[in-house]
Amino acid sequence: MTELYQFIQNQGLALLGPQWWPPVWTLVWTLIKIILLVTPVMIGVSYYTLAERKVIGAMQVRLGPNRVGFFGILQPFADALKLITKETMIPQGAKKTVFFLAPALTLIPALLMWAVVPFSPELILADVNVGILYVLAISSLGVYGVLLSGWSSNSRYAFLGSMRSASQMISYEVALGFSLIPVILLSGSLSLKDIVASQQHLWNVIPLLPPFLLYFISAVAETNRSPFDLPEAEAELVAGYFTDYSGMGFGLFFLGEYANMILVCFLGSLMFLGGWLPPIGMLSFIPGIIWLGLKAGFLMFVFLWIRATFPRYRYDQLMRLGWKIFLPISLIWIFVTGLGMHLFGKV
Amino acid sequence: MQVVDVIFYAFATITALAAAGVIRSRSPVHSVLFLILTFFSTAAVFVLLEAEFLAALLVMVYMGAVAVLFLFVIMMLDVDFATLKEQALSHLPVGLAVGLVILAEFVVIATQSQAIPSTAAATAAPVANTLAIGRVMYTQYLYPFEVASLVLLVALIGAIVLTLRKRERGAKRQNISQQIARTRAEAVELVKRQPGEGA
Repeated sequence: MTELYQFIQNQGLALLGPQWWPPVWTLVWTLIKIILLVTPVMIGVSYYTLAERKVIGAMQVRLGPNRVGFFGILQPFADALKLITKETMIPQGAKKTVFFLAPALTLIPALLMWAVVPFSPELILADVNVGILYVLAISSLGVYGVLLSGWSSNSRYAFLGSMRSASQMISYEVALGFSLIPVILLSGSLSLKDIVASQQHLWNVIPLLPPFLLYFISAVAETNRSPFDLPEAEAELVAGYFTDYSGMGFGLFFLGEYANMILVCFLGSLMFLGGWLPPIGMLSFIPGIIWLGLKAGFLMFVFLWIRATFPRYRYDQLMRLGWKIFLPISLIWIFVTGLGMHLFGKV
Repeated sequence: MQVVDVIFYAFATITALAAAGVIRSRSPVHSVLFLILTFFSTAAVFVLLEAEFLAALLVMVYMGAVAVLFLFVIMMLDVDFATLKEQALSHLPVGLAVGLVILAEFVVIATQSQAIPSTAAATAAPVANTLAIGRVMYTQYLYPFEVASLVLLVALIGAIVLTLRKRERGAKRQNISQQIARTRAEAVELVKRQPGEGA
């Protein structure tokens, strides 16, 4: 391995010279790391779709997909193959550039956010010191894919769906961001690594249970999942903002949505459930990445559990919940956290 | 030329071209899209200057909130943009005046950068620039900061007052706590009917 590394370094230096080779190598190495990050995320996304169908099937006393491969284990690949080989249809009167741009604008932010997620103290692609701000900033860009897809497909269903979805995402982004502020207050840092490190003795979920619940419910709404899946309320809007997409365009929306779901679960376990820290010190022989995976996996299961349990909200109820209940509670909790820290002498 | 310089000029060019695109494009939606691209490449320039806190805020506030609302309004409004374009020339003097003022400000800043209090002294110490900004903002500039937040609060209340409308009388409204508090006894009435009696 080291020989190969030396060989590449020497060849590169000879080819590009000492001025240009180091930056080019940094670029190539970063690209390799990005691929090493995105591939597991994509595989996770495809198997999350299978897990969703299996889990909901079990909850509704059905079998779920079991035809492709052993126990249906190859189902995601069959789905992907089907989507890729399908013909891409463009609706009449669609604004073509924007129409093709929109699915990419949904998927790219969903993948960009993974850059700052620390899987263990060392395993992190970009250790940004404003990690949590970066995640919130990039997640707020996901709205554009939704808005533009609805606008560009020149269809009323898609347009209404995108309007609903965009206003829902904007509304719950506020509550989501505010529910994370108590965590930032407690740990005194915006870096995800420091936030996890500050939970060494006490996971944030114990002092901050209400913000955690707010975070989780807002995350369900933010990712447009049931019971807040109004954007794709099938009975009213066909499929919401991606009604007119077919083939891989539709597939990209799908990938973006699931990548977002997995991300908010990882973020929740990093911010509130102690990330890679084991629940008791004795269990620290198990590597941190497994703990993180277990915690995030549990939250991901709750996502599916909620979907199989609750009926869909009505649109005005959704808006009322977001603005009149979640926003005030999250603001009050910021105040309560500050007061608590002052009283217990943390500041 | 360093690699950082190459990246800086790339983003600077994108910013300038996108800003030109905002004015040039015919469709207002495309204008807003170019505006978003301008914000994004400006944020990238901020990152190159190691002002990642400002970059994150720029993306979050301007791209994530302000431009989304622009898009919303432009998509919903049914405005005849052709006639608007024709009248645009009449606003030219005002526009030029505002542009000149901003240009003058930039020249002043560029030539007399010492006169403007900067966070450079604070960032020279090895602290994260979020911390540095926080320290300066909550000590030295506390009063301007509070005044700015009050102005924003007034604007917020103003927007609510302007759009507040009374529902007409008799409009049905859902009271969720009332609904939940209902018991079986007040909601259901059981009536015994013998066969053949009818309702």
